[in-house]
Amino acid sequence: MNWTWFHKLGSPPHFYRIAGAMIPWFGWPAAVLLFAGLYGGLWLAPPDYQMGDGFRIIYVHVPAAWLSMAAYVALAVSAAVGLIWRMKLAELAARNIAPLGAAFTLLTLVTGSLWGRPMWGTWWEWDARMTSELVLLFLYLGYIALHDAFPERRTGARASAILALVGLVNIPIIHFSVEWWHSLHQGATITKLSAPSIATEMLVPLLVMALGFTAYFTAVVLVRLRVALLESERDTAWVRALGADDV
Amino acid sequence: MSMLAAVVQRDLRLAWRRWPEFALPPLFVVLVASLFPLGISPSQAVLELIAPGVVWVAALLAALLGLELLFRPDYDDGALELLALSPHPLAAMAASRIAVHWLVTGVPILAVAPLVALMYSVPLEVLGVLMLGLLIGTPLLSLIGGIAAALTVSLKRSAPLLALLVLPLCIPVLIFGTRATALASSGLSAAAALYLLGAMLVLGVTLAPLAAGAALRISLE
Amino acid sequence: MSEFFAMDGYALFVWPAYAVTVLLMAWAAIAPWLQHRRLRRAIRRGNR
Repeated sequence: MNWTWFHKLGSPPHFYRIAGAMIPWFGWPAAVLLFAGLYGGLWLAPPDYQMGDGFRIIYVHVPAAWLSMAAYVALAVSAAVGLIWRMKLAELAARNIAPLGAAFTLLTLVTGSLWGRPMWGTWWEWDARMTSELVLLFLYLGYIALHDAFPERRTGARASAILALVGLVNIPIIHFSVEWWHSLHQGATITKLSAPSIATEMLVPLLVMALGFTAYFTAVVLVRLRVALLESERDTAWVRALGADDV
Repeated sequence: MSMLAAVVQRDLRLAWRRWPEFALPPLFVVLVASLFPLGISPSQAVLELIAPGVVWVAALLAALLGLELLFRPDYDDGALELLALSPHPLAAMAASRIAVHWLVTGVPILAVAPLVALMYSVPLEVLGVLMLGLLIGTPLLSLIGGIAAALTVSLKRSAPLLALLVLPLCIPVLIFGTRATALASSGLSAAAALYLLGAMLVLGVTLAPLAAGAALRISLE
Repeated sequence: MSEFFAMDGYALFVWPAYAVTVLLMAWAAIAPWLQHRRLRRAIRRGNR
């Protein structure tokens, strides 16, 4: 197998250019999907027979929860690539995914709390799902804190990569406790695609939103990576050449 | 293997000379445990309910106590660098250091747990499950703590960071441990929770020394 | 229309949830984008 594409992708000037070209390809679909999902979720989907219109929080809560976990996997994979191949780009990716992931974890907690108040009568319910999301937030914060505690950025990246991998091993264990714990939350509704227990006209906007969140996340990470590349390569020839191109 | 034994022996001898290391964690557990009746309520029903949780949380916090100094002295005097240059893997050295950490913090906590259970009037069959859970769970706390200590060995003030890194990773241990006693006190079998703790211990024993060894190597760069 | 905004009496919970989401996502997208523009401008000025 030819690995030149991989090495090329890891080279900062090359990736900077590719990322710049890719951002619209994720950004615009993200915008379209998010608006379609908002319209579908707030307007088209019928009210839930039990929860009325209150259930519409699902269209921001569940995609945020999905992203909070997917982002952690992306972070750990990037960190591992950076650790194994000493790829600077992957190290930067992991560090730049972290604050976004933490933000979506926090968003999951806030929207979950806003949903829980009218449905269960409490702002915070100590059930497994809320708790594991809280643990996830701690994992993100621990990763960021450890990464930034080192005076040398690359040492910090390598040390925190190990932490990210340890966290990744722990996440299924935390997730398992979800299955095991008795909880107030309704069970996993979308994962059982064979027999969906949620009506189609409710499900479609949810999937659209989840897709939109994912595209949005990809686009924003690419922008953040471009910023990080410019900052860390400030004094190199290719960055100065960029300035000449701009005029 | 003989090198491992030698390191464990040396560490134990060192720990023996600094005897407060043995005495502090169990003392800490008793101290923390005696705060709850004062802070919440001395009523029997309440105490019996919260006892296992209090013991587990106290054990968790006590495990943090000596963590900062797990690898720090060796890092500061250069012994770690010499070990890294030797043909023995750093993971083995990390494993022996973690084992010693468990011997000087985990075992004393185990010894003092029945005393706390007595203070909280925990029934005997629940105490058995609590002890079994602690026996499986406290090594896990040392293993997880060992990874975090190795990651932060080169940092100056690492204690607050250590708490942030270790406590979230210990949450499943806490959940399974207290779940076991909750099952036992409602008359059910605690086996499932204890098996899960055991599975985590197997995972921890195999992976944590490797992670700690890799972390030490990065810290030496 | 007012029925739509009332959200079955759940307006107090539904709208804040959506507002927080929209604000966070807008800010998280715009902030790095502006920073990128600022950096490019600084690099161009540094060249001269």
